Amino acid sequence: MPLTMVSEGTKAILKSIDGGHQMRGRLAALGLLPGTELEVIQNSGHGPFVVSVRGSRIVIGRGMAQRMEVDE
Amino acid sequence: MTKTTDPAVRTLNVAVAGNPNAGKTTIFNNLTGARQRVGNYPGVTVEWKQGTCRRGGLDLELVDLPGTYSLTALSEEELVARDYLLTRSPDVVVDVVDASNLERNLFLTTELLEIGLPVVLVLNMTDMAQDRGLQIDAARLSERLGVPVVAAVGNKGLGMDDLVAAVAKAAGDVPNLPASVGVCVDGSPQPGEVSDAGPGGWFVEYGDDAERTMSEMARTLVDDKPRRWHKVKLLEQDHRVLEGLYTPGAREAVTGLAARFTADCAEDVDTYVARRRYEAIGELCAEVLRQPDRRTITRSDRIDHWVMHPILGVPLFLSMMYLVFTLTFSAGTPLMEVIDRGFVWLAATINGFWEPGADSPLRSLLVDGIIGGVGGVLVFLPNIVLLFLAIAVLEGTGYMARAAFVMDRFMSKVGLHGKSFIPLLIGFGCTIPAIMATRTLETRRDRLITMMVLPLMSCGARLPIYALLIPAFFSPTWQGPMLWIVYVTGIVLALVGAQLLRSTVFRGDTTPFLMELPPYRMPTATSLLVQMWTRAWLYVKKAGTLILGAAIILWFLTFYPKPDADYVPPQDFDRAPATEAVSAPSIPYGQITDPAQAQAAELSYSIAGRVGRLLEPIIAPLGFDWRIGTALIGAVAAKEVFVAQMGIVFAVSEADAESEALRDRLRARYTPLVGFCIMIFALIATPCIATFAVTRQESGSLGWAVAQTWGLTALAWIVTFAIFQVGQLLGFAGSVGAA
Ligand SMILES: Nc1nc2c(ncn2[C@@H]2O[C@H](COP(=O)(O)OP(=O)(O)OP(=O)(O)O)[C@@H](O)[C@H]2O)c(=O)[nH]1
Ligand SMILES: [Mg+2]
Repeated sequence: MPLTMVSEGTKAILKSIDGGHQMRGRLAALGLLPGTELEVIQNSGHGPFVVSVRGSRIVIGRGMAQRMEVDE
Repeated sequence: MTKTTDPAVRTLNVAVAGNPNAGKTTIFNNLTGARQRVGNYPGVTVEWKQGTCRRGGLDLELVDLPGTYSLTALSEEELVARDYLLTRSPDVVVDVVDASNLERNLFLTTELLEIGLPVVLVLNMTDMAQDRGLQIDAARLSERLGVPVVAAVGNKGLGMDDLVAAVAKAAGDVPNLPASVGVCVDGSPQPGEVSDAGPGGWFVEYGDDAERTMSEMARTLVDDKPRRWHKVKLLEQDHRVLEGLYTPGAREAVTGLAARFTADCAEDVDTYVARRRYEAIGELCAEVLRQPDRRTITRSDRIDHWVMHPILGVPLFLSMMYLVFTLTFSAGTPLMEVIDRGFVWLAATINGFWEPGADSPLRSLLVDGIIGGVGGVLVFLPNIVLLFLAIAVLEGTGYMARAAFVMDRFMSKVGLHGKSFIPLLIGFGCTIPAIMATRTLETRRDRLITMMVLPLMSCGARLPIYALLIPAFFSPTWQGPMLWIVYVTGIVLALVGAQLLRSTVFRGDTTPFLMELPPYRMPTATSLLVQMWTRAWLYVKKAGTLILGAAIILWFLTFYPKPDADYVPPQDFDRAPATEAVSAPSIPYGQITDPAQAQAAELSYSIAGRVGRLLEPIIAPLGFDWRIGTALIGAVAAKEVFVAQMGIVFAVSEADAESEALRDRLRARYTPLVGFCIMIFALIATPCIATFAVTRQESGSLGWAVAQTWGLTALAWIVTFAIFQVGQLLGFAGSVGAA
């Protein structure tokens, strides 16, 4: 399911990223790779997300979150 | 690149690299005594800055680089860092690492080590790491990586001597290192602790297939000893590295090899490479890092729950703005009055040298031109200082990134995203660094849009205009809201402008929003004072140079040439609506007896008057007379010149330069509606020369700078015209809302 479906306070594993070379590269440098565990800190139903990855907080736009598949 | 001037002193070129917001500039400032901007959000530094540090028989040429998460370089400022490291080959790279976020920060370290330059690892923010209960075995880390590791707390200046010693050591020089090597107090590194291991170059193994492919790729290159970093980038098919391959056929060969490797690989090469790096880092951290069971929700998260609340976030931002601007306004007033009185005294003293009524050009230049002009600008120094203090607080605490988050909702409506809002916020201070800050945006399109609308964010130089006009025309209860309305008008127009550009010149998809959210931090008092002082000094310097020059020129243009006795003032002059206008009668100048009328005749004869007369048909529909017109032209040099010119035109041969007296005269001449129109026009119109220059430089073309200047001037005219005409129809021409 897409990251957008994950509710606040839930942990999930990133499965795949539907995006180009650039987008994957930027996510990887921030520590987000397929297989990485993340926790959704803020998801208010609209607007960007805050996720916790490897101890840091990353803001992800909703459009991008839509293209990130995760497993709970 | 090591040059020796004095045999005893070695000069080392040292680059300070690391992830954004890891504290590089803080450390750079500590070592060099520089005052480069520091802030608690990623992307503060966007160009490299040089500084020197002389310590312990060592001359360090330090270069502070923009932060970067990797060396893949996707945005302009990341490219700056990457190019510097690869082309300048510094003697030592100081890799500043946020110890409270070790794993992610070491990702860049793996790349830096692959470049093969001597590296010193700085575990910065060890205070934060300790707060979070992290324990890092620095000695072990140093041993494994094969580079010196230094613990530091940048904002407290701890660990700097050790850093210098480690740099010397990394560069192959071994001065006496402190004896505290490898001491662990409670398991986590303390400042004062330096660990070092022998040579041993740790690097990430990418697996047999990948290594074989990289060796084959390396063979196709002319460079017989390519850096490991280059080989990895070839494997990743980094397009900038590929473009650097000049040998015929090399690119095809490399691409072919990469394709072969990809075919066998279950995932994309770049994902594969990144995974191998994180796996190696994971193994390393398992050895050197002990962390308690992470309580995921931190205090920052709890604050953010409210600050970034989906419903409360925006109102909170707007009220914060209201607070900031009204405070800069009202809290500055008492100090302002002191400065004001100083200038009144100065003007009176200078006037005292001449007999009353004596007509002296020198007296007029000193009192009307310089005190009326420059003094009129300097009076607002307290407001400026407070404004920059407020901005420094917003930057230092970490609110900037939150504002970006909150405003993403509006930004994405106009095709930008939240990150563009950070440059816009910086624009409240000064447009120049704000335009530089657009470098952090990934696409050129986002950058250009943001750059074009940036001057609509009302900068500090425009504050004196409001500070002069608002108290002149509006009662105290209305002053705060008025100021706020002006600022919000700027933001709204910037958004509308961005939307307009998006739907015409820059079509295309929205770029994804991705940003690190730093934890809240308490800015140190010294850092706030330093930033305040730096800005205050800049303002005074500007007043003493640019504005002084402009004031002298404007004074001359306003008072010269003087008319002959038979000059008959034209009657098509000064036609803009005015509450209480004195106009020159249509008789020869020599026969005018009323001093006020004579003055009006003189002004109509001066160069400024004549230019203004040409201008009046264009600006009269906005409610402006020639005086405002010339002041607005002067404002192109610097926005504050508007205030200076008002001081000059209205201080005409009178003893006082007091801003209250000037306000009285403004009130006598213009309606509050005109006052408001001046503010709106000054807000939107014609960015200053410095903005023009920096837009040209950063957009890479004169065309964009010209388009920005004329586009905004046209917009200013249209908006002001609409406000003035509608305002008049609604009956605001009179003294409604007047104090
Ligand atoms: N708690 C703590 N804060 C620090 C330390 N060092 C720096 N800071 C703060 O961290 C923030 C970032 O510092 P900067 O020096 O601007 O970081 P930078 O690495 O230059 O950031 P960019 O220029 O954006 O890449 C500032 O708010 C500093 O005051 C430290 O050791 N401990
Ligand atoms: Mg910096």
